Amino acid sequence: MTITTKKIALRFPRHLVDRPVVYHLIKEYNLELNILKASISSEEGHMVLELRGERADFDKGIDYLTRTGLIIDTLCREVTRNEDRCTDCGACVTVCPASSFTVDPHTREVVFDEEKCIVCGLCILSCPSRSMELHF
Amino acid sequence: MSKTIEEINRKIREGKAVVFTAEEIIGVVREKGLERAAAEVDVVTTGTFGPMCSSGAYFNIGHSKPRIKLGGGRVYLNDVPAYGGFAAADVMIGANALPDDDPRNRVHPGEFNYGGGHVIEELVAGRDVKLVAQAYGTDCYPRKKLETWINIKDLNEAVLFNMRNSYQNYNVAVNLSDKAIYTYMGTLKPNMGNITYCSAGQLSPLLNDPLYKTIGIGTRIFLGGGTGYVAWPGTQFNPGVPRTESGVPKRGAGTLAVIGDLKQMNPRYLMGASMLGYGVTLSVGIGVPIPILNEEILKFTTVTDDDIFAAVIDYSSVYPEVKPDIVAEVSYGQLRSGKVVINGREIPTGSLSSYPRAREIASTLKEWITAGKFELSQAVEALPDPDSGVKFKLLNERPINGDRL
Ligand code: SF4
Ligand code: SF4
Repeated sequence: MTITTKKIALRFPRHLVDRPVVYHLIKEYNLELNILKASISSEEGHMVLELRGERADFDKGIDYLTRTGLIIDTLCREVTRNEDRCTDCGACVTVCPASSFTVDPHTREVVFDEEKCIVCGLCILSCPSRSMELHF
Repeated sequence: MSKTIEEINRKIREGKAVVFTAEEIIGVVREKGLERAAAEVDVVTTGTFGPMCSSGAYFNIGHSKPRIKLGGGRVYLNDVPAYGGFAAADVMIGANALPDDDPRNRVHPGEFNYGGGHVIEELVAGRDVKLVAQAYGTDCYPRKKLETWINIKDLNEAVLFNMRNSYQNYNVAVNLSDKAIYTYMGTLKPNMGNITYCSAGQLSPLLNDPLYKTIGIGTRIFLGGGTGYVAWPGTQFNPGVPRTESGVPKRGAGTLAVIGDLKQMNPRYLMGASMLGYGVTLSVGIGVPIPILNEEILKFTTVTDDDIFAAVIDYSSVYPEVKPDIVAEVSYGQLRSGKVVINGREIPTGSLSSYPRAREIASTLKEWITAGKFELSQAVEALPDPDSGVKFKLLNERPINGDRL
């Protein structure tokens, strides 16, 4: 049993905006979820979700979303840190809105907690050594 | 009890030198007292690692066949303009140089992903760098075009030269305006949303020798992973600023101009840096040993982050407009706690220089000395002290066209 946590960005075409998608993900596929962002315009809806659950359930859930006709913009997009380039300076610490970076009081190293990251991308250009990377 | 540098060097050669980093020495002196510690300790090592503009590298590429005279021509390294105005085969590149086609801040804030600092990093990492040059051709140097890969191992000399770095204390930055600004002190959020600083504080070379008693021209140092030297007082040297009772400057004061063999260096301590909306630069690692010649010198090295104060400056208006106001004065101890309280508000802090890497540099230098691989040098000339009258001047602008404009 492997638990995975992934973030996905969803686009709801106009005719699907009123579908209780999230409800099904929880109820039918046992996924724990966290809505990181949600917005709706006259054209379409957007949602960024963090999904957590068993790998098999996760895959079925994604399959369900695709079948429903939702557009998965950036499946599993994530921000990672290139440890070889990170100098532990701390320029990212106050930039991150999700408090993903903390300074270890003893080593004074800058710890990156991927779990907290909401993939906003703000740290990427604020890092002087360009060690934060966006992956799709 | 006092020692000479020669006595210390003898102990280094015999493998008997007692060395502590500027961080460790604080506890050592607390435990043993100044007198005993001064008798026992020979060297305290310092370190700093952060973006340092005013950095550059020069080298000699050797002579092509037929010969080309780069002086007076144009030279590019990986499309970044370099300076060739010296002679036939010497080239210098500055850390802040940008490719001609970089959009700069046309779409603000510009990304500045590649420039001179990155070229220097790639050279040091041993990667091939593309050199493209045009010259006007002479009877003795007939060639007009050169396009070739160069590699640091084939260069005759490759030298790092920094006109100004290792700042002795520095401004702490905030933004009082209502929109984000992008500065060399990092991204500053509106309405004092964050606060940034850039110093290794208690580990920083010139904060451990605040009155320049041992660090001077000719001091042998750790530079970018190799050995270097203090070449001169750094530019903008300004020793006469307000100081604490123990002599520690509360504003940017002394700086160092340093020189060293690029071929010995390592990209871990010499790394290209991009400052969003500002430009490119080079992060440089420097470590300076302080010979413990007497109790007074030892006492200076026991400075802690709580004893070092810096001025908080508004980078949205006060800094660019060169106004005298400061928002507050804070200690590095406060800054390093992750937040400071200004006007009753808690502001999160972030650093631009790396404390862990400064610590690593001080420890490496300590190892070199303990292992007998690095001896101390006597400065051949002192840096200008607070009574020297040396003062940093702003530009006295005199319009070229006089009143006729
Ligand atoms: S992408 Fe955004 S949320 Fe994630 S670490 Fe970077 S700044 Fe923080
Ligand atoms: S800004 Fe970049 S180099 Fe500095 S600590 Fe953050 S990730 Fe590391």
